[in-house]
Amino acid sequence: MQELVDSLVADGFVPGGLPLWVAYLGAMLVFGGIVVFVFILPIAGITTWVERRVAGRIQSRIGPNRTGPAGFLQWLADGIKSVLKEDIVPSAADVPLFKLAPYVVMTGFVAAFVVVPFGGPLIIADLNVGILYLTAVTALVVVGILMAGWASNNKWSLLGGIRSAAQIVSYEIPAGLSILPVVMLAGTLSMQGIIGHQGWAPWTWHVFDNPFTFFAFFILFVSALAEGNRTPFDLPEAESELVMGFATEYSGLRNLLFFMAEWGNLYVIGAVVTTLFLGGWQIPLALADHPVPRIVLQFAIFFAKAYFWVFVAVWLRWTLPRIRVDQMMIMCWKYLVPIAFVNFMGTAVWMVLFPAGVPAVRVLLSLTAAGLLVAFARRVVFHVRRALLTREELSFNPLSTARVMSRG
Amino acid sequence: MSLTGFEVEIQREVDGGLTTEDMTLSMGPQHPSTHGVLRFVVRADGEVMKEAIPDIGYLHRSIEKISEKVGWHGFMPYTDRVDYVAAMFCNQGWAMAAERLASIEVPKRAEYCRIIAAEFNRIQSHLLSVGSMAMDIGAYTPFIHTVREREYINDLIEELCGARLTFNYMRIGGVAWDIPPGWREKALSFLERFEPLIDEYNALISYNKIYTERLRNVAAISAQEAIDYNLVGPNLRGSGVRYDVRRDLPYSVYPELDFDVPVGSGELGTLGDCFDRYMVRMREMKESCKILRQCLAQLPQGPVIAKVARNFKPAAGDCYVRIESARGDMGWYVVSDGTAFPHRCKIRTGSFAAMSIIQKVSRNLMIADLIAVIASFDLVAPEIDR
Repeated sequence: MQELVDSLVADGFVPGGLPLWVAYLGAMLVFGGIVVFVFILPIAGITTWVERRVAGRIQSRIGPNRTGPAGFLQWLADGIKSVLKEDIVPSAADVPLFKLAPYVVMTGFVAAFVVVPFGGPLIIADLNVGILYLTAVTALVVVGILMAGWASNNKWSLLGGIRSAAQIVSYEIPAGLSILPVVMLAGTLSMQGIIGHQGWAPWTWHVFDNPFTFFAFFILFVSALAEGNRTPFDLPEAESELVMGFATEYSGLRNLLFFMAEWGNLYVIGAVVTTLFLGGWQIPLALADHPVPRIVLQFAIFFAKAYFWVFVAVWLRWTLPRIRVDQMMIMCWKYLVPIAFVNFMGTAVWMVLFPAGVPAVRVLLSLTAAGLLVAFARRVVFHVRRALLTREELSFNPLSTARVMSRG
Repeated sequence: MSLTGFEVEIQREVDGGLTTEDMTLSMGPQHPSTHGVLRFVVRADGEVMKEAIPDIGYLHRSIEKISEKVGWHGFMPYTDRVDYVAAMFCNQGWAMAAERLASIEVPKRAEYCRIIAAEFNRIQSHLLSVGSMAMDIGAYTPFIHTVREREYINDLIEELCGARLTFNYMRIGGVAWDIPPGWREKALSFLERFEPLIDEYNALISYNKIYTERLRNVAAISAQEAIDYNLVGPNLRGSGVRYDVRRDLPYSVYPELDFDVPVGSGELGTLGDCFDRYMVRMREMKESCKILRQCLAQLPQGPVIAKVARNFKPAAGDCYVRIESARGDMGWYVVSDGTAFPHRCKIRTGSFAAMSIIQKVSRNLMIADLIAVIASFDLVAPEIDR
């Protein structure tokens, strides 16, 4: 980043006499704008489309398929619709807070992308406190949600806001405790440094480093789901209980911002677990010599890994019910926090006992994970096959919505 | 009750002189999970309810009064609206009451047609109930899956009587239409497909860990309490009381049929909790399939409607007819004064009976539990108010 601006200044692209910091600021704004509008907003939008298509398949229906090929442009249509809708502010609301809340949520979410390493050189700022910064700014979301819940002057919103505050603050702890083993292993908080400590091969990833990090990975993922208000932890906006939780009174663009942050956060979750545990953008060096294909490949592998976890979160959402608010707290404090702490201590002990790591354990854990994946995939294939076999022309009414297409 | 698993006692009293206030929440009449327009006034301390007082009457349409104005035949379509999720039973109750007053003998085939339609309707109603229960707990997919199967039943019933929701299928003295040709095979092929699906639903959601934790030990009602509060149908059977009008006060052709009456056993927690009520419905669907197979196998030949005068005037008198609706013991008290219009009609419904106990069981539950309780009672708002 900085080198780029420096070279531009040296080449005379920046008008003379302009202070250097203005050039830096301008470059930051331009680059930030590009990232926000070219990557973050589309990724949040497209994730809504992916979610609805996947949900459609899970629920034996089709999902959006009218706007664009396979309904791909549905997210744009929905976004435009939301923007054009009336922005209603309840007369009894605390107006400044009510209006500010979505932007706070959005800021917390967008600021997280500053340290997301999309590829080798593709990172906005490789802060030396990267992962700490990330946990800090994503906690900003809870401030916005609490503001929204309070300012709406609606009891359902308030309950949603309170639930959200309790939930996000509680789940920060197991999430933080699960990040610590990785930080100890890599010896750095920097995102690029953590990725640099891992290799392209699965057995060099942090998740397979020792049994403790293996469990820490799952705890981090579960905690991240809870922080992102995703099922089974979608209590703050529990539709069947709290109408729409903290977003009940919001409409139009402000409502859209809340949900964009929610879906965009899914990608952040994926990016974080990929960076910390799954080798990030590492690819075999032999694959590409030239920097451009190498960066493209790195970006692609990082995106694929991160998006896989988005898909898992979507799958979970349409499979699991929602837990109750007391169960949510018990799960955090009685189960996740102690286990995460054991993982943290265990990793420390492991590092003392085996400073160089144990290759056999790494390979064994990788094979275990691969075995689990294969078993799961076989089960999925079995069920899909069975569903296809039992499909019959059962509906008798040509106009019925339940008409099942026969095979072939 | 011992504290196991996720269960905890939540400290509700604040020590040290900090004053707290209760919050009064108005849940409904427009709330996503009150199953129609139904209102609860919830007095809550944070997330814990001190009480939930049901406020009914938002869907009152004076159906009983209408019966006094439209005549005996003319009231049949209105009965559909008493409980639109299980309209066949209301049809049947009204028809049986009129027949008993006028001492009409219903043809055998008509009785079988009625039972077939009613049992399909029971499956349909229970599917909606278990599906929306899962949806209220937060799992959307089971709802879509159960509604998918419900659509097939809708198709079957549409072919039978031309309507998908408010059937208006039965008539005083029989049924409106005979079973169309080829319908029996379609019904059997549906049952063939549907019966294994009940096990699939159980695998999909019923024994899901989160789901059972949400339902077990919540709002447990003992057998004595259930009887005291006059619960009926699956709500009563969920508490372990084996009472089913079809078996204990048999009507129509039920004595000729062989079926079980599933009751709750407290398999995962306390007897009579939300999970028991839920599982009773799941198991009743299997029993309904059994009844349907028998009915479809022994369907006799003959007319489907007795000769009933167009200007129907039953003898003066009164009668009380009980049928087992999808929501339990449904009572029809009809008084005739010998004219072409009923003198009075009183309908007793299962959902209304269940409303009275909600205030008692909802004490000290979480707000999220109230949703589960409403769903587990299978409340249908129009049936409460009529």
